[in-house]
Amino acid sequence: MANPLTPAQAPQTSEKTKQPKPGKTARIHTVSQRIVEIVSDSGEGAQTAGQLFGSVCAKAGNGVWTVEIIPAEIEPPSRSRAGASGNRIRFSSQKTRNMGDKADVVVAFNDQVVYGRIDDEAMGPGTILIIDRKWRNHADENIRKAYIESLEDFEKRGYDVREVPIEAETLRFTENPQRGKNMWALGLLCALFSRDIEHARTQVRAKFKRKAKVKGRADAIIETNLKLLDSGYEFGLDFFDERYEIPAVPWKEPRVVMDGNAAIALGTVAAGIEVCSMYPITPATSATHYLAAMFHKAGGFIHQAEDEIAAIGFAIGASYAGKTPITITSGPGIALKTEFIGLAVMAEIPLVIVDVQRGGPATGLPTKVEQGDLLAALYGQPGDAPKVVMAASSIGECFHFVITARKIAESLRMPVIVLTDANLATGQSDFPLPQFDEDWLSPPIDQSPWEEGVSPYAWDPETGVSRRPIPGQPGGMHVLTGLAHDENSRVAYESKINQQGMRMRSRKVAAFASTLKPPKIYGDEEGDLLVVGWGATRGTIEEAVDRLRADDEKASAVHLRFLSPMEPGLKDIFSRFKKVITVEVNYSDDLDDPFINEENRRYGQLARLLRSQTLVDIDCWTRVPGKPLAPGLVEEALRKKLAVMKGEE
Amino acid sequence: MYGLKLDWMETPEAPYYTLEDYTGPEARWCPGCGDFAVLTAAQRLCRDEQLAPEKTVFVSGIGCSSRFPHYMKTYGFHGLHGRALPVACGIRARRPDLNIFVATGDGDCCSIGSAHWIHAVRYNMRMVVMMFDNNVYGLTKNQTSPTSPEGLRTYTHPRGAPIEGMDPLQVSLAVRGVSFIAQTVDFNPQHLLATLTAAYHHPGFAFVRILQRCPHYTPRAFAPLQENPSMMSLLVHPDGIDGGESMTRLFPNRIEHDPSDLRGARVIAEAEQGIPVGLLYKNDSVPRYDHASASGLSATREDRVKLLEQQLDWFRI
Repeated sequence: MANPLTPAQAPQTSEKTKQPKPGKTARIHTVSQRIVEIVSDSGEGAQTAGQLFGSVCAKAGNGVWTVEIIPAEIEPPSRSRAGASGNRIRFSSQKTRNMGDKADVVVAFNDQVVYGRIDDEAMGPGTILIIDRKWRNHADENIRKAYIESLEDFEKRGYDVREVPIEAETLRFTENPQRGKNMWALGLLCALFSRDIEHARTQVRAKFKRKAKVKGRADAIIETNLKLLDSGYEFGLDFFDERYEIPAVPWKEPRVVMDGNAAIALGTVAAGIEVCSMYPITPATSATHYLAAMFHKAGGFIHQAEDEIAAIGFAIGASYAGKTPITITSGPGIALKTEFIGLAVMAEIPLVIVDVQRGGPATGLPTKVEQGDLLAALYGQPGDAPKVVMAASSIGECFHFVITARKIAESLRMPVIVLTDANLATGQSDFPLPQFDEDWLSPPIDQSPWEEGVSPYAWDPETGVSRRPIPGQPGGMHVLTGLAHDENSRVAYESKINQQGMRMRSRKVAAFASTLKPPKIYGDEEGDLLVVGWGATRGTIEEAVDRLRADDEKASAVHLRFLSPMEPGLKDIFSRFKKVITVEVNYSDDLDDPFINEENRRYGQLARLLRSQTLVDIDCWTRVPGKPLAPGLVEEALRKKLAVMKGEE
Repeated sequence: MYGLKLDWMETPEAPYYTLEDYTGPEARWCPGCGDFAVLTAAQRLCRDEQLAPEKTVFVSGIGCSSRFPHYMKTYGFHGLHGRALPVACGIRARRPDLNIFVATGDGDCCSIGSAHWIHAVRYNMRMVVMMFDNNVYGLTKNQTSPTSPEGLRTYTHPRGAPIEGMDPLQVSLAVRGVSFIAQTVDFNPQHLLATLTAAYHHPGFAFVRILQRCPHYTPRAFAPLQENPSMMSLLVHPDGIDGGESMTRLFPNRIEHDPSDLRGARVIAEAEQGIPVGLLYKNDSVPRYDHASASGLSATREDRVKLLEQQLDWFRI
């Protein structure tokens, strides 16, 4: 067991880096995993503290999965339930692929944000609640009263409440506790979970070095934050009678930890993409912030367009001119880009489109997770617009799928949509360090003379694939058009030509499908219940299935990465299970809802696709809670389905 | 001027492009359409300037005039209604070597594409925009356009357009970042070509509004100008557009206007009488967004790989 009191090895920025004094003798429990939340009013930095704690845990070798707790407003009123802002960090001694169920520890800067977490079903009996005791002595009697009442209620709910002088301690180091409590709390958590404080110091230094915009002030800001961190840490060593140790995963390969939007930005650089054309939209935008900083150094350009339509139009123009583009957006942006996506299909223009899904329709839940754009991605365009649609199931896939999508887009001469979601975007997780491959980068622009006699859409009759001439190539001159056209890109209204063009564009998808392998089954190859998912729910579904299997239930899972075209062999896989059900974060009718029967039921989006593709009577269980599905919730739903199946037998 | 085509020469060094090198399939506009004149002028411009067809792109939206690229023999992009400008900006972004022309109409540019138009003026990326203004929707058959004059009878407003049309010159001149605004007429081929030539040489976003006759739906929109040239005012200045000697005969009214004078240009555009023909505004020193968008073009694959590995290392556990 690592000793959390190991003397610090390095930097002398803080005077407290010398041998921290040992705290009182605490019992240290070795446990396999913990779920921690840190929540505050918006603007008090709980998100930052949570992100840093996630990184510290990853650095300590734990598997990590984090979920941001985000209010919709930038500055909601203080002490409000809906204003709870922060982070949930699940870290363990094995791969960690979902947010888990109830939190083991919640650090809260006030009692009202705790109610935000209670409303979110994030806490349960036994949850350790570490709360700032400052409200006990607040000048406003109503607030004092509310705090005491809340505390009584928390006790009744079975929480293990620990009052801690978060703000009082913070005030020893800074005049503005709003900008310091988070670092103190981070130190406290590091003590509770026996983290190497030096890891935390490194993270804090890096964070504030980037944050301190005014040069010369960075050192002072870092200094204060390190003092706060150390203070919280030492307080924790004294305060907790019982502390925890979560051993590292014995990883075989080097790993990285980041959020999904950072992974998309890095994937964009790794793919050799040169132009990112975007319009600000939550929760996609942060990917472009990071990308902008990198493009500055690696020769790329971010175009912040006047609107979503112009953003994709600009990307399409760049692609037509031979430059590799990406456009990154969310559901409402996809809706606005629809006509241009159709043009990219019709005129066969390669383009990578990332849709970081959020709750819909309309403005919906801008900061919250949903898998609601699947059908829009596949069928959003008028007319038939075949394209490739893929969905990342992890943060590692956010990185790799951009690279894959770029290749597919260019080989097949079509738009490729990569679906991620708000949880992947803002949550952090670890994955193997990507090993750079020269093939990742897009090839340099071709300006050699176009081969004489080859038409601009010389469709291979078998695959529908053709090469495209790029402006600057002598002899390749043609007019690209969104009108129906023949091989020479000549506008053609003849019925046979339209049929042929449609066939060729569809054939590309079929040809691509022929290169895919059937998805791997998680669990036994046959059984009672097969759970099918897509996107970020993979870890949740697999954990729920693990729990069922631990009780000897014959359940397995399959996760789809490609939604258009579908991976092959699904019908065969489905035939080996008594019941097939999708679990999705989008809306569907339940069969016991009023008026609903099997004929008029509106199914989950993947369920609809699978039913029409396979003619298998696939059920679905979907919820739209505005947060990732907890494995316990899915487990419970699946158990009910299994019970019904048994009752029917 | 005569020249030899590339393939006639034994040692081809400098190709000479003739009009034929820019002439696509036969244009299919209505007989008498003003678009023909613009097509001819554009082809002549390409020939006169010896633009390599493979380095030249005509981008358009949707509408009668947006058929334009099909009738050229250069590269062309016939995209979506209203969206020619974002596409053209995207083409320009990382390709300083291309000659970019945009063909757009009053509906395409000033109605469905109006947001893009305003921002494209602001971006000031180098390209020539030919805005064919015939005051009506032609391809969809006779609906009121944003530039239709009040009272114009169309199928959507059989009792006459209820409100005044917008003035594309005034709108463009109001945008900060504007760098070239000119107006010309389809029935004066010399002035048309001279205007497009000046636009081509402008180092920035050159917006040319072309008053264009629609023989089918708005035959009377500009006929009075043809019949009575005194309704127009020719803008003259040494830095302006030189349409040649004959201009003095064709345009009895002349206004001395320095194209570097933005206020003066706005006054001319707002004048109740005298439709201006010529260069309203030109400023070569307005910052260009295509300079920003082309930044880092010289970055190498090695630069990128180095950055990637450095960044991945930063995230390393």
